Amino acid sequence: MYTQALDIPQQNTEAKGPRTIENPAYQAEFDAKIDAGGYIEAKDWMPESYRKTLVRQISQHAHSEIVGMLPEGNWITRAPTLKRKAILLAKVQDEGGHGLYLYAAAETLGVSRDELLDALHSGRAKYSSIFNYPTLTWADIGVVGWLVDGAAIMNQIPLCKCSYGPYARAMVRICKEESFHQRQGYDLLLTMMKGTEEQRDMVQDAVNRWWWPSIMMFGPHDKDSTHSAQSSRWGIKRISNDDLRQKFVDATVEQAKVLGVTMPDPELKWNEARGHYDFGAIDWDEFWNVVDGHGQGNVDRLAARVKAWDDGAWVREAALEYARKHDARDSRAA
Amino acid sequence: MTQQMTSPEHIEYVLRLGDNALILGQRLSEWCGHAPVLEEDMALANMSLDLIGQARMLLTHAGRLEGRGRDEDQLAFLRTEPNYRNLTLCELPNQDFGRTMVRNFLYSSFQKLLWERLMTSSDAELAAIAAKSIKEARYHAQHSGDWVIRLGDGTADSHARAQGALDYLWPYTAEFFATTPVDDAVAAAGVGPVWSELETAWEALVMPVLAEATLTVPARTPFRSYGKFGRHSEHMGHLLAEMQIMQRTYPGAQW
Ligand SMILES: [Fe+2]
Ligand SMILES: [Fe+2]
Ligand SMILES: [Fe+2]
Repeated sequence: MYTQALDIPQQNTEAKGPRTIENPAYQAEFDAKIDAGGYIEAKDWMPESYRKTLVRQISQHAHSEIVGMLPEGNWITRAPTLKRKAILLAKVQDEGGHGLYLYAAAETLGVSRDELLDALHSGRAKYSSIFNYPTLTWADIGVVGWLVDGAAIMNQIPLCKCSYGPYARAMVRICKEESFHQRQGYDLLLTMMKGTEEQRDMVQDAVNRWWWPSIMMFGPHDKDSTHSAQSSRWGIKRISNDDLRQKFVDATVEQAKVLGVTMPDPELKWNEARGHYDFGAIDWDEFWNVVDGHGQGNVDRLAARVKAWDDGAWVREAALEYARKHDARDSRAA
Repeated sequence: MTQQMTSPEHIEYVLRLGDNALILGQRLSEWCGHAPVLEEDMALANMSLDLIGQARMLLTHAGRLEGRGRDEDQLAFLRTEPNYRNLTLCELPNQDFGRTMVRNFLYSSFQKLLWERLMTSSDAELAAIAAKSIKEARYHAQHSGDWVIRLGDGTADSHARAQGALDYLWPYTAEFFATTPVDDAVAAAGVGPVWSELETAWEALVMPVLAEATLTVPARTPFRSYGKFGRHSEHMGHLLAEMQIMQRTYPGAQW
């Protein structure tokens, strides 16, 4: 479906957020609705801490989608076949669409897309660290679909039932598309694994580079996580980081066997007693280094987003100026 | 598949159509993730996808007509530069959003006319491709035309950029209408129109939009480009180097 190109976001910067002034009666009603598993909608009263937490979480997710366009976009012009080029381009376009739905969901909470983008461009807002890793070969495109979209799905499926209606509905659409991306990535890898030795080596090398970063996508261990009981009550963090990570490892290791690749973890083995795979220690220094801006791609990714935004300023200004002139002309004519 | 009489001219004509779509689709895909607003990232990716889709159908068809067993990928990735027959306009760098939109407008307006005529081609496969592609070309012309107007009649800066883009691109449009014996042979067989016949209709489509955009159409000059005859600009080699790298590096591999 084609998007409405005339819809320039700067036109609606006036904040029209939900009502959040403290009120015990409203609070009780809100709590009851949450505890009954109901949805909070944009027009409903909500506590300010709920609104703020959601704005932060939804906008970080939106930023991740659009920064995530860059590592995969890196291979569109070099895709090896026309079919793969089309699949990749459509996938990266989907990620842009996810960004759009999520910015729209955040806007229902009284912030504008421009404010959120400004926070991204100035470095105040975070996005998923995984996108600071480089895509070095064509196999990375398959591995990103398989592991990165795969981890994203594990993280996001619980959010399809989160308490904030606009976010939950956005997540339902997004999760459907993410599972499609994961299957396409896996299919790309299956094809490469049936190919030449060189192609199989390329896949293994990509798995070696992406495995640890992808299991870091679930965040710090539960004991070190700042996510509160509050978030889980609100249904915006329903399952713990470690539980999600375990679920991902268990599913992915089986898929790796079918594919014929090995994970770069000598301690990875089935634990009969637990009924799960055990895995080695995660290098959290590496994780925090990338979160704190010292990954290979942090500077380039952000610079690419800022450049696109700055280079496009004259286009956005022109669209606004054209609309202003024509509104004036139309009202004179009327 | 149509089992009809074919000719080298017929094959070249279909290749030319396929190469236009391929090369402009490749250029537009460079925008993905770098557009002025997210909505335009989506729109540019859509248009690129449409063109790559057209290229796949057209190159597949050309390969079958040729009968040497070349598929869409062998044609897309494994020819040498003089064997690509796209218009030079399609291979020029995007430069900025203004030039990209002015080019899309000039090109897709031409494609609209071409697909309309090709819908009645004696080549049934080509007619079917045209019936699908015309809807896409209409959207591309609408989308880019809207932007040409907004940029041309926007700010002083955007006007200057849009005018600069038109001044740069306009001379390359002469190539659309350059006569070639290929077109004569193809027209005689009822496969498709002689492109030079479309010039008046094309001007009738583009001039009102350029006027509404307050842009000045440059006078025709002796400048000529020859991409559709296989003689390209300096930009083409770089585009091909990037696009072909995987197929050239790993000959025969399946992806
Ligand atoms: Fe996504
Ligand atoms: Fe996501
Ligand atoms: Fe995805």
